[in-house]
Amino acid sequence: MMHQPMKHNRPPMMKRIADASEPYLYSAPALILIVAVMLVPLVVGISYAFRDIQLLNPFSGGFVGLDHFRALGQDQAFYGALRNTLWWTGASVFLQFTFGLILALLLDKPFYGRGLVQALVFLPWAVPSFLAGLNWAWLFNPVIGPLPHWFYALGLMDEPHNILSDPHLAMWGPIAANVWWGIPFFAITLLAALQAIPRDLYEAASIDGAGPVQRFWSITLPFLAPTIAITVLLRTVWISNFADLIVVMTNGGPADRTQIVASYIFTQAFKRLDFGYASAIALVLLALLLVYSMLIVLLRQTMLNKG
Amino acid sequence: MASIDIESVRKSYGPVSVLHGVDLAIKDGEFIVLVGPSGCGKSTLLRMIAGLEEVTGGEIRISGNRVNDLAPKDRDIAMVFQSYALYPHMSVADNMSYSLRLRKTAKDKIASAVSSAATKLGLDPLLERRPKALSGGQRQRVAMGRAIVRQPKAFLFDEPLSNLDARLREQMRAEIKKLHADLKATSIYVTHDQIEAMTLADRIVAMHGGVVQQVGTPLELYDTPANLFVAGFIGSPGMNFLEGRYVKTGEGAGVRLSDGTVVPVAPRAGLAPETTVTLGIRPEHVVIAKDGMLEATVDLVEPTGFGIILHLSLHGLPFKIFTLDRDALSAGPTVRVDFPQKHLHVFDETGSRAD
Amino acid sequence: MKSRSLLLTGAHRLAILAYVVFALFPLFWLLKVSVTPNDLLYSEGVRMWPSRMTFEHFNFVIAHSAFPTFFKNSLIVSGATAVVVTVLASLSGYALSRFSFRAKYWIVALMLITQMFPLVMLVAPIFKMLSPLGLTNSLTGLVIVYSAFNVPFATFLMQSFFDGIPKDLEEAAMIDGATQFIAFRQIILPLTLPGIAATLGFVFTAAWSELLFALMLISGNDAATFPVGLLTFVSKFSVDFGQMMAAGVLALIPACLFFLLIQRYLVQGLTAGAVKG
Repeated sequence: MMHQPMKHNRPPMMKRIADASEPYLYSAPALILIVAVMLVPLVVGISYAFRDIQLLNPFSGGFVGLDHFRALGQDQAFYGALRNTLWWTGASVFLQFTFGLILALLLDKPFYGRGLVQALVFLPWAVPSFLAGLNWAWLFNPVIGPLPHWFYALGLMDEPHNILSDPHLAMWGPIAANVWWGIPFFAITLLAALQAIPRDLYEAASIDGAGPVQRFWSITLPFLAPTIAITVLLRTVWISNFADLIVVMTNGGPADRTQIVASYIFTQAFKRLDFGYASAIALVLLALLLVYSMLIVLLRQTMLNKG
Repeated sequence: MASIDIESVRKSYGPVSVLHGVDLAIKDGEFIVLVGPSGCGKSTLLRMIAGLEEVTGGEIRISGNRVNDLAPKDRDIAMVFQSYALYPHMSVADNMSYSLRLRKTAKDKIASAVSSAATKLGLDPLLERRPKALSGGQRQRVAMGRAIVRQPKAFLFDEPLSNLDARLREQMRAEIKKLHADLKATSIYVTHDQIEAMTLADRIVAMHGGVVQQVGTPLELYDTPANLFVAGFIGSPGMNFLEGRYVKTGEGAGVRLSDGTVVPVAPRAGLAPETTVTLGIRPEHVVIAKDGMLEATVDLVEPTGFGIILHLSLHGLPFKIFTLDRDALSAGPTVRVDFPQKHLHVFDETGSRAD
Repeated sequence: MKSRSLLLTGAHRLAILAYVVFALFPLFWLLKVSVTPNDLLYSEGVRMWPSRMTFEHFNFVIAHSAFPTFFKNSLIVSGATAVVVTVLASLSGYALSRFSFRAKYWIVALMLITQMFPLVMLVAPIFKMLSPLGLTNSLTGLVIVYSAFNVPFATFLMQSFFDGIPKDLEEAAMIDGATQFIAFRQIILPLTLPGIAATLGFVFTAAWSELLFALMLISGNDAATFPVGLLTFVSKFSVDFGQMMAAGVLALIPACLFFLLIQRYLVQGLTAGAVKG
C-alpha cells in the first residue's frame, strides 16, 4: 500500500474523527433506546407530577402546581403504603439474605451431586414472578393448598383459613413468596464471592490454629463484606419497587394492609387512570430512594474513613 | 522485505512520558533485539511499529513510507505475541491462514503457503487441532507459522519465549535463529532476557527508562558497554563495580579504591585526576592469585556444574567471581584476587564509559 | 472426632435436603394439582399425589382456551426482546470493555441510574407516549419497552464477558489484516458465545416474567402475553384450579428450560454484573 509522506505530525482529520467516533458508534443504538424509552419518560413523568393527567378525562392536562403533593400529604392510604413498604422490604431482604448466605455456605462445600442440587435450589429464580405469586397464593388457599391445613395441624391456627385475607397476617403471604423467589439471587452472588476467596488462606488459618468459627469471622466474612454491602443495597432498592407479587397475590388488600408504595402507584395509574397523582407518588418514592442511597454511600464513606 | 526507520519517536500517556525520542535505522533483513528491564519502553516501541499504539511524536517509516497513521492491517507486518494470541476457536491451519483469507488470497495459494510453513515448523500432523490441544512449544510454533505464511515486510516478536520452560526456550531460540537465516526477513525482537538478546541479534538495542542506551552488535555491547546500565545489564552473572578515584601514577594511571589500593588502568584521556569513577570487571575476568592485589572474604560457593560462582565481600561490598577451576570449590575463608588491565572498564561520574 | 465429623456431614446434607424441598415443593404442588381430576380435588386436598391422574386440564387449556395465543405472544415478545437486547448489549458492552473514551464514565453512570429508579414511575408516561404511535396493545410496543429496560444490565453482563477475553487476540487479528469491527465479529464474538447465551437466557426470562407493563399496555386477548392472560383468567374464573395450574405449568416450561441450559454461565455473569452494579 502506497502512502503519501506527510511532514506534519498530527494524523489526518478523517482518521482522527473515525478513530474517536468508533466507541460511540458501538454504544449508540443501546444509548438511543435507553434515552428514548427510559430517560425521556422519566422527565415526562416528573412533569406529570405537577399536572392534572387523567386518561379518561379529555379536559385534563392543566398545570396544577403542588396540588398532588398537598393531596398526598393528606392521603392516609399513602402513609399506610409507606409503612407497609418498610415492613415488606425489611423483612424480605433480611430473610432472603440470611437464608441465601446459609445456602451459599452449604453449597461452598464439595459433595456428591452438588451440580444438580445447585440447579434445583436455584430454580425458583427462573420462575416468572407472577407465577411465583399465583403459586404461593394457591398454597395459602385452604381449598387447594396444604399450608393452612398444616398450620392448623401444628396448632398455629384455630381453623384452616387463608392468611391472605387476614389483615393482620396478609403481608406474610407475599413476603413468603418473595423469600422463596429471592433466595437464589443472594445465594448465587454470595457463592461466587465465596469461591473467589483463595483456599490457601483457610489452610494457613487452620495451620495457625483457627477453628471453623474463627475462620468464618476472620476470613469469610471480611472477604464477603463488599459483596454483601452492594447486593443488600441494590436488592433493597429493587424489592421496595417490586410490586408484582403483591399485585398478583393480594392486590393491596385486605383493607390496604399489603399495599406498598409501588403497588399503590400502579393502582392509581392502572385502575383509576390518574397518571398525574401516580407520578407524584412515584416522584416521592424516587426522592426517598435517592436519600436512602445517599445515606448508604455516606455511611460507607465514614466507615472507610474510620477504618 | 523492508527497512524500518525510527526517527525521534516519542510516546506519552497524558502527562506521563514513556519514550523520550528514539532514533533507530533498521536495515533490510536485519535481526534487531530490543532489550531492557520491564518498563523501559521496549514493548511500547514495538507496538508503535506494529500500529497498536499511537505515535505521540516523531516518525516511523517502513520501506521509506511514513506509517504513523496507517492501521496495523495496512502496514504489512506480522507479530508473534507473548501469549501467542492464537484464535481458540480455529484450527491450527485456520489460524495460520486467517491473514491470507482476510486478504482474499486464492484458495490454492493459501493451501500451499500454509503447508510449506507447516513443514518448515514441523506442524504438519497438527494442522487440524485446536490450540487448546497443543503444548506450549507447539503453540509457539503455530504463532510463528501464522507470522511467516504471509511473507510480511517485517516480523515483530514480543517476548515470544517467556512462557516456555528453560529447555524449550533454548530450543526455540535456535529455531528462530535458523528461520531467520532461512527467510532473511527484517525482524524486531523484544525481550528482557539478555541471553536471548546476545544469541539472536545482529544488533542489540539496549533500552532503559525510555531512552536507548546503546546500539551495537552483541559483542560490542559485551566488550565495550557504553555506560553503567549496559555494563550491568548484559552478561550473567553481572559485572562487578567498585567505586574509586581516578589517579595518575608514575607508570600511567590507576583507580584508587576506598582502602587506598591503586588498581592500575590504562590512561583515560577524558578524565581529570581525582574524579570519582566506577571500575567494572566481569566475574569471569577476575583472576584468583596467591599474591593478588586485593583480599576478599568468601561468603558463598555456588557450583553450577559448568563452572563455579564465588560470592565474595570486597571492602564490605558484594563481589562475584566466575571460574572453571574446580579448586575454587574449597576456596576460603579469604582469597586474593587480581584484575587484568585489559578487562577493566572505567565509567565516569555520569556513568558513561571513559576510554 | 470421627463421630463428630459424621454428625456435621449429616447435618450438612439434611440442611441441603431442606433447601431442595423448600425450593421444589411449590412447583411440585403446581404439577400435582394440574394432574388431579376435578372430583378428587377437594376430597384429597392435602394428599401428596392424587390416587388418579388426568391430563384433561392440559387438554382443555391447549385446545379450548386462548392460552396457546398467550403462549405464542409471550414467545414472540420474549424471543424478539432477547435477540434485540443481546445484539445491542454486545455492541455497547464491547465499547465499554475495549475503548477508553470521554463519555464512557457518563454512559456507565446513565446505565447504573436506570437500574436504580423505580420502573413503575415510567408506567404512565410510557403509556401516554406509545398510545399516539399505536404501540399500545401491540407486541412491538412491548418489545421496545422490554428491550430498553434490559439493555443496561445486559450491557454490563456482556462487558464482563468481553473483559475475560485477552486483548491480544484482537491485536493479532488487526495485524493479520482485520479492521476492529471484523476482529470483533470474527474473533471476539465467537469466543463470547457462552456470554451471549447467558444474556439471551437472562433477557428471555425477564421478558417472559414481566407483568406490570404488559397489564398496562395490553388490553384484550389478541396481544396478551402469558402473565396477562393467566391473571385475567384467574380473576374471571377463579374456581377452576386444575386448568389454571395446568396453564401455570406450561408457562413454567420455557423459563425453566432456558434456566437449566444457561445456569452455569449465568452464575458467572451475574456475579460480575452484580459486583459492578
